[in-house]
Amino acid sequence: MTTLAATAELNSIESSALARSFTGGMISFARREFRDAIASKWFVLYTLAFTVLAVGVSFLSLSGVGSQGFAGFGRTAAGLLNLIMLVVPLMALTAGAGSIAGERERGTLLYLLAQPVSRTQVLLGKYLGLAGTLVCSLCIGFGVSAGVLAWKAGGVGVGAYAMLVAFTVLLALAMLSVGMLISVVSRKTTVATGLALFIWLSLVFVSDLGLMASSILFKLRVQEVFGLALLNPLQAFKMAVIVNMNASLDVLGPVGAYASLTFGGSLAWILASTLVLWMVVPLGLATLLFARRGTV
Amino acid sequence: MIHATNITKRFGRVRAVSNVSFEIEPGEALALWGSNGAGKTTLIRCLLGVIRFRGRASLGGTDVRRRGRNARALAGYVPQELAFHDDARLGSAMVFFASLRCVSRARAAETLDTVGLTGHERKRVRDLSGGMKQRLALAIALLSDPPLIILDEPTSNLDAAGRGEVVEMLQRLRRAGKTLLFASHRPDEVISLADRVLILEGGKIQRDTTPLDLWPTEKPVQVVRLYLTMASEEHAAQVLREAGHAVHLNGQGLCVAVPRDRKAEPIHALAMQQIEVRDIEVLDDVPAPGEKL
Repeated sequence: MTTLAATAELNSIESSALARSFTGGMISFARREFRDAIASKWFVLYTLAFTVLAVGVSFLSLSGVGSQGFAGFGRTAAGLLNLIMLVVPLMALTAGAGSIAGERERGTLLYLLAQPVSRTQVLLGKYLGLAGTLVCSLCIGFGVSAGVLAWKAGGVGVGAYAMLVAFTVLLALAMLSVGMLISVVSRKTTVATGLALFIWLSLVFVSDLGLMASSILFKLRVQEVFGLALLNPLQAFKMAVIVNMNASLDVLGPVGAYASLTFGGSLAWILASTLVLWMVVPLGLATLLFARRGTV
Repeated sequence: MIHATNITKRFGRVRAVSNVSFEIEPGEALALWGSNGAGKTTLIRCLLGVIRFRGRASLGGTDVRRRGRNARALAGYVPQELAFHDDARLGSAMVFFASLRCVSRARAAETLDTVGLTGHERKRVRDLSGGMKQRLALAIALLSDPPLIILDEPTSNLDAAGRGEVVEMLQRLRRAGKTLLFASHRPDEVISLADRVLILEGGKIQRDTTPLDLWPTEKPVQVVRLYLTMASEEHAAQVLREAGHAVHLNGQGLCVAVPRDRKAEPIHALAMQQIEVRDIEVLDDVPAPGEKL
Protein backbone atom coordinates (compact mmCIF):
# COMPACT_ATOMS: atom_id res chain seq x y z
CA MET A 1 0.00 0.00 0.00
CA THR A 2 1.45 3.40 -0.92
CA THR A 3 1.76 6.03 1.76
CA LEU A 4 -0.59 8.31 -0.21
CA ALA A 5 -3.30 5.69 -0.46
CA ALA A 6 -2.87 4.85 3.23
CA THR A 7 -3.23 8.51 4.19
CA ALA A 8 -6.38 8.88 2.10
CA GLU A 9 -7.85 5.77 3.72
CA LEU A 10 -6.98 7.05 7.20
CA ASN A 11 -8.55 10.42 6.46
CA SER A 12 -11.78 8.88 5.29
CA ILE A 13 -11.99 6.58 8.31
CA GLU A 14 -11.11 9.37 10.69
CA SER A 15 -13.85 11.61 9.25
CA SER A 16 -16.34 8.80 9.74
CA ALA A 17 -15.09 8.43 13.30
CA LEU A 18 -15.49 12.14 13.92
CA ALA A 19 -18.99 12.04 12.49
CA ARG A 20 -19.91 9.24 14.86
CA SER A 21 -22.11 10.83 17.46
CA PHE A 22 -21.57 10.39 21.15
CA THR A 23 -25.22 9.56 21.70
CA GLY A 24 -25.27 6.98 18.91
CA GLY A 25 -22.73 4.77 20.66
CA MET A 26 -24.42 5.32 24.00
CA ILE A 27 -27.80 4.27 22.60
CA SER A 28 -26.23 1.12 21.13
CA PHE A 29 -25.03 0.16 24.60
CA ALA A 30 -28.38 1.10 26.15
CA ARG A 31 -30.26 -1.08 23.67
CA ARG A 32 -28.00 -4.05 24.25
CA GLU A 33 -28.17 -3.66 28.03
CA PHE A 34 -31.96 -3.38 27.88
CA ARG A 35 -32.28 -6.49 25.70
CA ASP A 36 -29.91 -8.50 27.90
CA ALA A 37 -31.58 -7.36 31.13
CA ILE A 38 -35.11 -8.05 29.86
CA ALA A 39 -34.07 -11.59 28.98
CA SER A 40 -32.35 -12.14 32.32
CA LYS A 41 -33.65 -14.12 35.29
CA TRP A 42 -33.29 -11.22 37.73
CA PHE A 43 -35.67 -9.09 35.69
CA VAL A 44 -38.33 -11.81 35.55
CA LEU A 45 -37.88 -12.58 39.26
CA TYR A 46 -37.98 -8.98 40.49
CA THR A 47 -40.87 -8.04 38.20
CA LEU A 48 -42.88 -11.05 39.28
CA ALA A 49 -42.10 -10.46 42.96
CA PHE A 50 -42.91 -6.76 42.76
CA THR A 51 -46.16 -7.36 40.83
CA VAL A 52 -47.37 -10.06 43.21
CA LEU A 53 -46.49 -7.98 46.27
CA ALA A 54 -48.05 -4.81 44.81
CA VAL A 55 -51.31 -6.56 44.02
CA GLY A 56 -51.20 -8.36 47.37
CA VAL A 57 -50.62 -5.15 49.33
CA SER A 58 -53.45 -3.48 47.38
CA PHE A 59 -55.83 -6.18 48.51
CA LEU A 60 -54.59 -6.43 52.08
CA SER A 61 -54.18 -2.75 52.87
CA LEU A 62 -57.55 -1.81 51.53
CA SER A 63 -59.64 -4.84 52.45
CA GLY A 64 -62.46 -4.13 54.83
CA VAL A 65 -62.95 -0.58 53.58
CA GLY A 66 -65.91 0.22 51.32
CA SER A 67 -68.58 -2.05 49.95
CA GLN A 68 -66.18 -3.77 47.54
CA GLY A 69 -63.43 -4.00 50.08
CA PHE A 70 -61.39 -1.34 48.25
CA ALA A 71 -61.01 2.38 48.78
CA GLY A 72 -59.20 3.33 45.62
CA PHE A 73 -55.72 4.34 44.52
CA GLY A 74 -54.90 6.83 47.30
CA ARG A 75 -55.07 4.32 50.10
CA THR A 76 -53.26 1.71 48.06
CA ALA A 77 -50.48 4.20 47.39
CA ALA A 78 -50.03 4.64 51.13
CA GLY A 79 -50.03 0.89 51.60
CA LEU A 80 -47.47 0.36 48.86
CA LEU A 81 -45.05 2.92 50.30
CA ASN A 82 -43.28 0.58 52.69
CA LEU A 83 -43.13 -2.21 50.13
CA ILE A 84 -41.51 0.11 47.60
CA MET A 85 -38.97 1.38 50.14
CA LEU A 86 -37.93 -2.21 50.75
CA VAL A 87 -38.00 -3.77 47.28
CA VAL A 88 -37.14 -1.02 44.78
CA PRO A 89 -33.77 0.04 46.27
CA LEU A 90 -32.77 -3.63 46.40
CA MET A 91 -33.67 -4.12 42.73
CA ALA A 92 -31.87 -0.99 41.55
CA LEU A 93 -28.78 -1.29 43.75
CA THR A 94 -28.08 -4.91 42.78
CA ALA A 95 -28.78 -4.29 39.09
CA GLY A 96 -26.35 -1.35 39.04
CA ALA A 97 -23.73 -3.10 41.13
CA GLY A 98 -23.55 -6.05 38.75
CA SER A 99 -23.24 -3.99 35.58
CA ILE A 100 -19.63 -2.83 35.16
CA ALA A 101 -18.20 -5.26 37.73
CA GLY A 102 -19.86 -8.15 35.89
CA GLU A 103 -18.41 -7.11 32.54
CA ARG A 104 -15.02 -6.68 34.18
CA GLU A 105 -15.13 -10.12 35.79
CA ARG A 106 -16.25 -11.87 32.59
CA GLY A 107 -13.46 -10.16 30.68
CA THR A 108 -15.93 -8.56 28.27
CA LEU A 109 -15.24 -5.01 29.43
CA LEU A 110 -11.76 -4.97 27.90
CA TYR A 111 -13.16 -6.06 24.55
CA LEU A 112 -15.87 -3.40 24.66
CA LEU A 113 -13.37 -0.69 25.57
CA ALA A 114 -11.15 -1.75 22.67
CA GLN A 115 -13.93 -0.64 20.30
CA PRO A 116 -14.19 2.97 19.09
CA VAL A 117 -16.19 4.08 22.13
CA SER A 118 -15.39 6.12 25.21
CA ARG A 119 -15.73 4.90 28.78
CA THR A 120 -18.41 7.53 29.37
CA GLN A 121 -20.47 6.09 26.52
CA VAL A 122 -20.16 2.60 27.96
CA LEU A 123 -21.17 3.67 31.47
CA LEU A 124 -24.02 5.99 30.52
CA GLY A 125 -25.29 3.53 27.91
CA LYS A 126 -25.43 0.78 30.48
CA TYR A 127 -27.13 3.12 32.94
CA LEU A 128 -29.80 4.07 30.41
CA GLY A 129 -30.41 0.44 29.47
CA LEU A 130 -30.78 -0.64 33.08
CA ALA A 131 -32.93 2.39 33.87
CA GLY A 132 -35.25 1.40 31.03
CA THR A 133 -35.44 -2.15 32.36
CA LEU A 134 -36.22 -0.98 35.89
CA VAL A 135 -38.91 1.40 34.66
CA CYS A 136 -40.43 -1.46 32.64
CA SER A 137 -40.38 -3.74 35.66
CA LEU A 138 -42.01 -1.10 37.88
CA CYS A 139 -44.59 -0.20 35.24
CA ILE A 140 -45.63 -3.84 34.95
CA GLY A 141 -46.04 -4.10 38.75
CA PHE A 142 -47.86 -0.79 39.14
CA GLY A 143 -49.85 -1.39 35.96
CA VAL A 144 -51.24 -4.74 37.04
CA SER A 145 -52.00 -3.35 40.50
CA ALA A 146 -53.69 -0.29 38.96
CA GLY A 147 -55.69 -2.50 36.61
CA VAL A 148 -57.04 -4.55 39.50
CA LEU A 149 -57.87 -1.38 41.48
CA ALA A 150 -59.55 0.36 38.55
CA TRP A 151 -61.66 -2.73 37.96
CA LYS A 152 -62.67 -3.09 41.62
CA ALA A 153 -62.75 0.46 42.96
CA GLY A 154 -62.82 2.93 40.08
CA GLY A 155 -60.44 5.84 39.62
CA VAL A 156 -60.47 7.48 43.06
CA GLY A 157 -57.03 8.92 43.91
CA VAL A 158 -55.43 8.22 40.54
CA GLY A 159 -53.32 11.39 40.86
CA ALA A 160 -51.71 10.25 44.11
CA TYR A 161 -51.04 6.85 42.58
CA ALA A 162 -49.44 8.42 39.49
CA MET A 163 -47.22 10.56 41.72
CA LEU A 164 -46.25 7.45 43.65
CA VAL A 165 -45.17 5.82 40.38
CA ALA A 166 -43.23 8.93 39.38
CA PHE A 167 -41.40 9.17 42.71
CA THR A 168 -40.73 5.43 42.67
CA VAL A 169 -39.07 5.80 39.27
CA LEU A 170 -36.95 8.65 40.67
CA LEU A 171 -35.98 6.51 43.65
CA ALA A 172 -35.10 3.58 41.38
CA LEU A 173 -32.91 5.80 39.17
CA ALA A 174 -31.19 7.28 42.24
CA MET A 175 -30.45 3.84 43.66
CA LEU A 176 -29.29 2.63 40.25
CA SER A 177 -26.77 5.50 40.19
CA VAL A 178 -25.45 4.41 43.58
CA GLY A 179 -25.28 0.82 42.29
CA MET A 180 -23.28 1.94 39.23
CA LEU A 181 -20.84 3.81 41.48
CA ILE A 182 -20.37 0.65 43.55
CA SER A 183 -19.84 -1.32 40.34
CA VAL A 184 -17.16 1.04 39.06
CA VAL A 185 -15.08 0.79 42.25
CA SER A 186 -15.49 -3.00 42.70
CA ARG A 187 -13.27 -5.52 40.99
CA LYS A 188 -15.59 -8.48 41.48
CA THR A 189 -19.32 -8.96 41.20
CA THR A 190 -19.52 -10.62 44.60
CA VAL A 191 -17.85 -7.62 46.26
CA ALA A 192 -20.14 -5.22 44.38
CA THR A 193 -23.26 -7.17 45.32
CA GLY A 194 -22.13 -7.42 48.95
CA LEU A 195 -21.51 -3.68 49.07
CA ALA A 196 -24.89 -3.01 47.45
CA LEU A 197 -26.64 -5.19 50.05
CA PHE A 198 -24.78 -3.43 52.86
CA ILE A 199 -25.86 -0.02 51.56
CA TRP A 200 -29.42 -1.26 51.10
CA LEU A 201 -29.52 -2.50 54.70
CA SER A 202 -28.01 0.76 55.94
CA LEU A 203 -30.53 2.88 54.07
CA VAL A 204 -33.55 0.76 54.96
CA PHE A 205 -32.88 -0.11 58.56
CA VAL A 206 -29.77 1.38 60.10
CA SER A 207 -30.29 4.98 59.01
CA ASP A 208 -33.73 5.15 60.65
CA LEU A 209 -32.37 3.77 63.90
CA GLY A 210 -29.22 5.87 63.60
CA LEU A 211 -31.25 9.02 63.12
CA MET A 212 -33.37 8.24 66.17
CA ALA A 213 -30.33 7.38 68.28
CA SER A 214 -28.38 10.47 67.15
CA SER A 215 -31.28 12.81 67.81
CA ILE A 216 -31.53 11.47 71.39
CA LEU A 217 -27.79 11.19 72.06
CA PHE A 218 -26.75 14.52 70.59
CA LYS A 219 -30.01 16.31 71.37
CA LEU A 220 -30.34 17.38 67.74
CA ARG A 221 -32.71 20.18 66.81
CA VAL A 222 -35.60 19.38 64.44
CA GLN A 223 -34.03 21.22 61.53
CA GLU A 224 -30.85 19.16 62.00
CA VAL A 225 -32.83 15.94 62.10
CA PHE A 226 -34.69 17.02 58.95
CA GLY A 227 -31.39 17.81 57.23
CA LEU A 228 -29.98 14.43 58.21
CA ALA A 229 -33.15 12.69 57.02
CA LEU A 230 -32.70 14.26 53.59
CA LEU A 231 -29.32 12.54 53.35
CA ASN A 232 -31.20 9.27 53.05
CA PRO A 233 -32.95 9.06 49.66
CA LEU A 234 -35.49 6.65 51.13
CA GLN A 235 -36.58 9.22 53.71
CA ALA A 236 -36.79 11.89 51.02
CA PHE A 237 -38.91 9.51 48.94
CA LYS A 238 -41.20 8.69 51.86
CA MET A 239 -41.78 12.35 52.71
CA ALA A 240 -42.30 13.26 49.03
CA VAL A 241 -44.96 10.59 48.58
CA ILE A 242 -46.78 11.59 51.78
CA VAL A 243 -46.71 15.27 50.80
CA ASN A 244 -48.03 14.43 47.33
CA MET A 245 -50.89 12.43 48.75
CA ASN A 246 -52.02 15.76 50.24
CA ALA A 247 -51.38 14.30 53.65
CA SER A 248 -49.68 16.26 56.40
CA LEU A 249 -46.13 15.40 57.36
CA ASP A 250 -47.36 15.67 60.96
CA VAL A 251 -47.68 11.88 60.78
CA LEU A 252 -43.88 11.82 60.88
CA GLY A 253 -43.79 13.67 64.21
CA PRO A 254 -42.18 17.02 65.11
CA VAL A 255 -39.68 16.85 62.24
CA GLY A 256 -42.50 16.42 59.72
CA ALA A 257 -44.45 19.25 61.31
CA TYR A 258 -41.36 21.46 61.16
CA ALA A 259 -40.83 20.67 57.47
CA SER A 260 -44.50 21.35 56.61
CA LEU A 261 -44.52 24.65 58.47
CA THR A 262 -41.14 25.87 57.25
CA PHE A 263 -41.19 24.89 53.59
CA GLY A 264 -44.93 24.69 52.86
CA GLY A 265 -45.66 24.31 49.13
CA SER A 266 -42.01 24.10 48.11
CA LEU A 267 -41.40 21.02 50.25
CA ALA A 268 -42.41 18.63 47.44
CA TRP A 269 -39.89 20.30 45.13
CA ILE A 270 -37.14 20.15 47.75
CA LEU A 271 -37.76 16.45 48.25
CA ALA A 272 -37.91 15.73 44.51
CA SER A 273 -34.69 17.71 44.02
CA THR A 274 -33.05 15.63 46.74
CA LEU A 275 -33.89 12.48 44.81
CA VAL A 276 -32.63 14.03 41.57
CA LEU A 277 -29.37 14.93 43.33
CA TRP A 278 -29.10 11.33 44.52
CA MET A 279 -29.44 10.31 40.89
CA VAL A 280 -27.02 12.84 39.37
CA VAL A 281 -24.19 12.99 41.93
CA PRO A 282 -23.35 9.25 42.23
CA LEU A 283 -23.71 8.79 38.47
CA GLY A 284 -21.44 11.77 37.82
CA LEU A 285 -18.92 10.42 40.29
CA ALA A 286 -19.12 6.95 38.71
CA THR A 287 -18.53 8.44 35.25
CA LEU A 288 -15.55 10.44 36.48
CA LEU A 289 -13.96 7.51 38.31
CA PHE A 290 -14.54 5.11 35.43
CA ALA A 291 -13.10 7.55 32.88
CA ARG A 292 -10.01 8.17 35.02
CA ARG A 293 -9.39 4.54 35.87
CA GLY A 294 -5.88 3.52 34.84
CA THR A 295 -6.78 -0.10 34.17
CA VAL A 296 -9.78 -2.00 32.86
CA MET B 1 0.68 3.64 10.99
CA ILE B 2 1.75 3.11 14.62
CA HIS B 3 4.11 5.48 16.42
CA ALA B 4 4.98 4.53 19.98
CA THR B 5 7.37 6.67 22.00
CA ASN B 6 8.63 5.76 25.45
CA ILE B 7 5.57 3.80 26.43
CA THR B 8 5.74 2.87 30.09
CA LYS B 9 3.11 1.11 32.13
CA ARG B 10 3.39 0.29 35.80
CA PHE B 11 1.15 -1.96 37.85
CA GLY B 12 2.03 -0.92 41.38
CA ARG B 13 5.76 -1.41 41.67
CA VAL B 14 6.00 -3.66 38.64
CA ARG B 15 6.96 -2.09 35.34
CA ALA B 16 5.03 -4.18 32.83
CA VAL B 17 6.23 -2.06 29.90
CA SER B 18 9.30 0.12 30.14
CA ASN B 19 10.21 2.89 27.67
CA VAL B 20 9.11 1.02 24.57
CA SER B 21 9.45 2.95 21.31
CA PHE B 22 8.84 1.65 17.80
CA GLU B 23 7.08 2.45 14.55
CA ILE B 24 5.12 0.44 12.01
CA GLU B 25 4.71 1.62 8.44
CA PRO B 26 1.39 1.19 6.59
CA GLY B 27 1.10 -2.30 5.14
CA GLU B 28 3.81 -3.70 7.39
CA ALA B 29 3.37 -6.68 9.72
CA LEU B 30 5.07 -6.65 13.10
CA ALA B 31 5.16 -9.58 15.52
CA LEU B 32 5.57 -9.14 19.26
CA TRP B 33 7.60 -12.02 20.65
CA GLY B 34 8.53 -12.73 24.23
CA SER B 35 8.02 -14.89 27.30
CA ASN B 36 4.78 -14.86 29.24
CA GLY B 37 4.80 -11.64 31.25
CA ALA B 38 7.17 -9.95 28.83
CA GLY B 39 4.67 -7.12 28.35
CA LYS B 40 3.16 -7.99 24.94
CA THR B 41 -0.49 -7.86 26.03
CA THR B 42 0.04 -4.75 28.15
CA LEU B 43 1.72 -3.01 25.22
CA ILE B 44 -1.23 -3.89 22.96
CA ARG B 45 -3.68 -2.55 25.56
CA CYS B 46 -1.68 0.68 25.81
CA LEU B 47 -1.70 1.09 22.04
CA LEU B 48 -5.46 0.65 22.01
CA GLY B 49 -5.81 3.25 24.76
CA VAL B 50 -7.67 0.79 26.96
CA ILE B 51 -5.35 1.38 29.90
CA ARG B 52 -3.53 4.53 30.97
CA PHE B 53 0.20 4.73 30.34
CA ARG B 54 3.10 7.13 30.18
CA GLY B 55 4.61 8.10 26.86
CA ARG B 56 3.00 8.73 23.52
CA ALA B 57 1.22 6.49 21.08
CA SER B 58 -0.63 7.26 17.91
CA LEU B 59 -2.53 5.14 15.42
CA GLY B 60 -2.60 6.62 11.92
CA GLY B 61 -1.48 9.94 13.35
CA THR B 62 -4.28 10.05 15.92
CA ASP B 63 -3.17 10.34 19.53
CA VAL B 64 -4.43 7.36 21.48
CA ARG B 65 -4.55 9.15 24.82
CA ARG B 66 -6.25 12.33 23.67
CA ARG B 67 -8.53 10.94 20.97
CA GLY B 68 -8.79 7.30 21.89
CA ARG B 69 -12.20 6.80 20.33
CA ASN B 70 -11.04 8.08 16.95
CA ALA B 71 -7.75 6.20 17.16
CA ARG B 72 -9.56 2.93 17.89
CA ALA B 73 -11.78 3.51 14.85
CA LEU B 74 -8.63 2.92 12.78
CA ALA B 75 -7.91 -0.44 14.36
CA GLY B 76 -9.64 -3.79 14.56
CA TYR B 77 -8.76 -5.80 17.67
CA VAL B 78 -8.69 -9.58 17.96
CA PRO B 79 -8.14 -10.83 21.52
CA GLN B 80 -6.67 -14.16 22.58
CA GLU B 81 -10.18 -15.47 23.02
CA LEU B 82 -13.37 -13.67 22.10
CA ALA B 83 -14.85 -12.26 25.30
CA PHE B 84 -18.47 -11.56 24.62
CA HIS B 85 -21.73 -12.44 26.30
CA ASP B 86 -22.14 -16.18 25.88
CA ASP B 87 -25.90 -15.90 25.53
CA ALA B 88 -25.71 -13.47 22.62
CA ARG B 89 -26.43 -14.81 19.17
CA LEU B 90 -23.73 -14.42 16.56
CA GLY B 91 -26.00 -12.29 14.35
CA SER B 92 -27.02 -9.91 17.13
CA ALA B 93 -23.40 -9.60 18.30
CA MET B 94 -22.43 -8.55 14.79
CA VAL B 95 -25.28 -6.03 14.61
CA PHE B 96 -24.26 -4.57 17.98
CA PHE B 97 -20.62 -4.11 16.98
CA ALA B 98 -21.71 -2.82 13.57
CA SER B 99 -23.73 -0.12 15.33
CA LEU B 100 -20.68 0.83 17.44
CA ARG B 101 -18.59 1.16 14.27
CA CYS B 102 -21.36 2.91 12.36
CA VAL B 103 -21.55 0.34 9.58
CA SER B 104 -24.66 -1.14 8.00
CA ARG B 105 -26.19 -4.55 8.62
CA ALA B 106 -25.39 -5.39 5.01
CA ARG B 107 -21.71 -4.77 5.72
CA ALA B 108 -21.97 -6.96 8.84
CA ALA B 109 -23.42 -9.78 6.72
CA GLU B 110 -20.71 -9.27 4.13
CA THR B 111 -17.98 -9.49 6.79
CA LEU B 112 -19.49 -12.67 8.22
CA ASP B 113 -19.34 -14.11 4.73
CA THR B 114 -15.70 -13.10 4.39
CA VAL B 115 -14.75 -15.17 7.43
CA GLY B 116 -17.02 -18.05 6.44
CA LEU B 117 -19.61 -17.68 9.19
CA THR B 118 -22.67 -17.09 7.01
CA GLY B 119 -25.48 -19.41 8.09
CA HIS B 120 -24.41 -19.44 11.75
CA GLU B 121 -26.17 -16.18 12.71
CA ARG B 122 -28.69 -17.89 15.01
CA LYS B 123 -26.01 -19.75 16.97
CA ARG B 124 -25.19 -18.50 20.46
CA VAL B 125 -21.62 -17.39 21.14
CA ARG B 126 -21.23 -20.16 23.77
CA ASP B 127 -22.05 -22.80 21.14
CA LEU B 128 -19.29 -21.70 18.77
CA SER B 129 -16.04 -23.65 18.52
CA GLY B 130 -12.77 -21.91 19.40
CA GLY B 131 -11.99 -21.43 15.70
CA MET B 132 -15.41 -19.98 14.99
CA LYS B 133 -15.09 -17.58 17.94
CA GLN B 134 -11.77 -16.36 16.58
CA ARG B 135 -13.29 -15.95 13.13
CA LEU B 136 -16.13 -13.98 14.71
CA ALA B 137 -13.60 -11.77 16.52
CA LEU B 138 -11.84 -11.26 13.20
CA ALA B 139 -15.16 -10.41 11.52
CA ILE B 140 -15.87 -7.81 14.22
CA ALA B 141 -12.37 -6.40 13.78
CA LEU B 142 -12.92 -6.11 10.03
CA LEU B 143 -16.41 -4.57 10.20
CA SER B 144 -15.35 -1.04 9.34
CA ASP B 145 -12.53 -2.24 7.08
CA PRO B 146 -9.86 -0.58 9.26
CA PRO B 147 -6.32 -0.25 7.90
CA LEU B 148 -4.79 -1.71 11.06
CA ILE B 149 -5.48 -5.07 12.72
CA ILE B 150 -4.11 -5.72 16.22
CA LEU B 151 -4.13 -9.33 17.39
CA ASP B 152 -3.18 -10.70 20.79
CA GLU B 153 -2.09 -14.32 20.36
CA PRO B 154 -5.04 -15.03 18.09
CA THR B 155 -4.29 -18.73 17.64
CA SER B 156 -3.08 -19.71 21.10
CA ASN B 157 -6.33 -21.49 22.01
CA LEU B 158 -6.89 -23.18 18.66
CA ASP B 159 -6.09 -26.60 17.30
CA ALA B 160 -3.97 -27.04 14.17
CA ALA B 161 -6.94 -26.74 11.81
CA GLY B 162 -8.24 -23.61 13.54
CA ARG B 163 -4.78 -22.09 13.52
CA GLY B 164 -4.43 -22.77 9.82
CA GLU B 165 -7.74 -21.04 9.08
CA VAL B 166 -6.85 -17.94 11.06
CA VAL B 167 -3.33 -17.68 9.64
CA GLU B 168 -4.70 -18.06 6.13
CA MET B 169 -7.16 -15.22 6.73
CA LEU B 170 -4.39 -13.03 8.11
CA GLN B 171 -2.27 -13.76 5.06
CA ARG B 172 -5.17 -12.59 2.89
CA LEU B 173 -5.38 -9.40 4.92
CA ARG B 174 -1.68 -8.80 4.45
CA ARG B 175 -2.08 -9.22 0.72
CA ALA B 176 -4.90 -6.67 0.86
CA GLY B 177 -2.44 -4.16 2.32
CA LYS B 178 -3.56 -4.17 5.94
CA THR B 179 -1.07 -3.31 8.66
CA LEU B 180 -0.75 -6.10 11.23
CA LEU B 181 0.50 -6.00 14.78
CA PHE B 182 0.28 -9.33 16.53
CA ALA B 183 1.62 -11.13 19.55
CA SER B 184 2.47 -14.77 19.03
CA HIS B 185 4.18 -17.73 20.65
CA ARG B 186 4.49 -19.65 17.42
CA PRO B 187 7.55 -19.26 15.21
CA ASP B 188 5.69 -20.67 12.20
CA GLU B 189 3.12 -17.87 12.45
CA VAL B 190 5.75 -15.22 12.89
CA ILE B 191 7.71 -16.50 9.91
CA SER B 192 4.69 -16.74 7.63
CA LEU B 193 3.14 -13.40 8.60
CA ALA B 194 5.64 -10.91 9.95
CA ASP B 195 8.08 -8.55 8.27
CA ARG B 196 9.63 -7.63 11.60
CA VAL B 197 9.79 -9.10 15.08
CA LEU B 198 9.98 -7.04 18.24
CA ILE B 199 11.44 -9.15 21.03
CA LEU B 200 10.23 -8.07 24.45
CA GLU B 201 11.60 -9.28 27.76
CA GLY B 202 10.76 -7.82 31.14
CA GLY B 203 8.76 -5.07 29.49
CA LYS B 204 11.71 -3.82 27.45
CA ILE B 205 12.60 -4.21 23.79
CA GLN B 206 15.50 -6.62 23.48
CA ARG B 207 15.72 -6.68 19.70
CA ASP B 208 13.95 -5.30 16.67
CA THR B 209 14.73 -7.96 14.12
CA THR B 210 13.33 -10.09 11.30
CA PRO B 211 11.90 -13.61 11.34
CA LEU B 212 14.68 -14.77 9.03
CA ASP B 213 17.22 -13.57 11.51
CA LEU B 214 15.58 -15.52 14.31
CA TRP B 215 14.86 -18.68 12.33
CA PRO B 216 16.93 -18.91 9.16
CA THR B 217 14.95 -20.69 6.46
CA GLU B 218 17.49 -21.13 3.68
CA LYS B 219 16.76 -24.84 3.87
CA PRO B 220 13.39 -26.41 4.59
CA VAL B 221 13.14 -26.47 8.37
CA GLN B 222 10.68 -27.30 11.05
CA VAL B 223 10.35 -25.69 14.43
CA VAL B 224 10.54 -28.10 17.32
CA ARG B 225 9.39 -27.10 20.76
CA LEU B 226 11.28 -28.78 23.57
CA TYR B 227 9.88 -28.93 27.07
CA LEU B 228 12.48 -29.01 29.85
CA THR B 229 12.41 -28.06 33.49
CA MET B 230 12.25 -24.27 33.82
CA ALA B 231 15.56 -24.25 35.70
CA SER B 232 17.48 -25.79 32.80
CA GLU B 233 15.97 -23.74 29.94
CA GLU B 234 18.53 -20.92 29.91
CA HIS B 235 21.44 -23.35 30.03
CA ALA B 236 19.87 -25.54 27.34
CA ALA B 237 19.35 -22.52 25.06
CA GLN B 238 23.02 -21.65 25.45
CA VAL B 239 24.10 -25.23 24.61
CA LEU B 240 21.93 -25.32 21.50
CA ARG B 241 23.13 -21.91 20.30
CA GLU B 242 26.72 -23.11 20.66
CA ALA B 243 25.76 -26.15 18.59
CA GLY B 244 24.62 -23.78 15.83
CA HIS B 245 20.85 -23.96 16.29
CA ALA B 246 18.46 -21.01 16.10
CA VAL B 247 16.83 -21.10 19.51
CA HIS B 248 14.24 -19.02 21.22
CA LEU B 249 12.85 -19.08 24.72
CA ASN B 250 9.30 -17.88 24.97
CA GLY B 251 8.00 -19.09 28.29
CA GLN B 252 6.34 -22.08 26.68
CA GLY B 253 9.30 -24.32 26.08
CA LEU B 254 12.31 -23.89 23.90
CA CYS B 255 11.71 -23.31 20.18
CA VAL B 256 14.43 -24.64 17.89
CA ALA B 257 14.49 -24.36 14.13
CA VAL B 258 15.96 -27.56 12.65
CA PRO B 259 16.25 -29.10 9.19
CA ARG B 260 13.27 -31.36 8.57
CA ASP B 261 15.41 -34.52 8.41
CA ARG B 262 17.41 -33.78 11.59
CA LYS B 263 14.80 -33.12 14.25
CA ALA B 264 16.56 -35.26 16.89
CA GLU B 265 19.77 -33.23 16.72
CA PRO B 266 18.93 -30.73 19.47
CA ILE B 267 17.79 -33.54 21.78
CA HIS B 268 21.10 -35.30 21.22
CA ALA B 269 23.04 -32.10 21.86
CA LEU B 270 21.22 -31.61 25.13
CA ALA B 271 21.63 -35.25 26.17
CA MET B 272 25.42 -34.83 25.76
CA GLN B 273 25.23 -32.12 28.41
CA GLN B 274 23.03 -34.23 30.72
CA ILE B 275 19.98 -32.02 30.06
CA GLU B 276 16.81 -34.05 30.02
CA VAL B 277 14.08 -33.27 27.50
CA ARG B 278 10.66 -33.90 29.08
CA ASP B 279 8.54 -33.62 25.94
CA ILE B 280 8.78 -32.57 22.32
CA GLU B 281 6.28 -30.95 19.98
CA VAL B 282 6.83 -30.58 16.26
CA LEU B 283 5.21 -27.36 15.16
CA ASP B 284 3.80 -26.70 11.71
CA ASP B 285 6.19 -26.55 8.79
CA VAL B 286 7.98 -23.29 8.39
CA PRO B 287 7.42 -22.06 4.84
CA ALA B 288 10.48 -22.47 2.68
CA PRO B 289 11.93 -19.33 1.13
CA GLY B 290 9.67 -18.28 -1.70
CA GLU B 291 6.60 -19.68 0.02
CA LYS B 292 6.63 -16.68 2.31
CA LEU B 293 4.46 -13.71 1.43
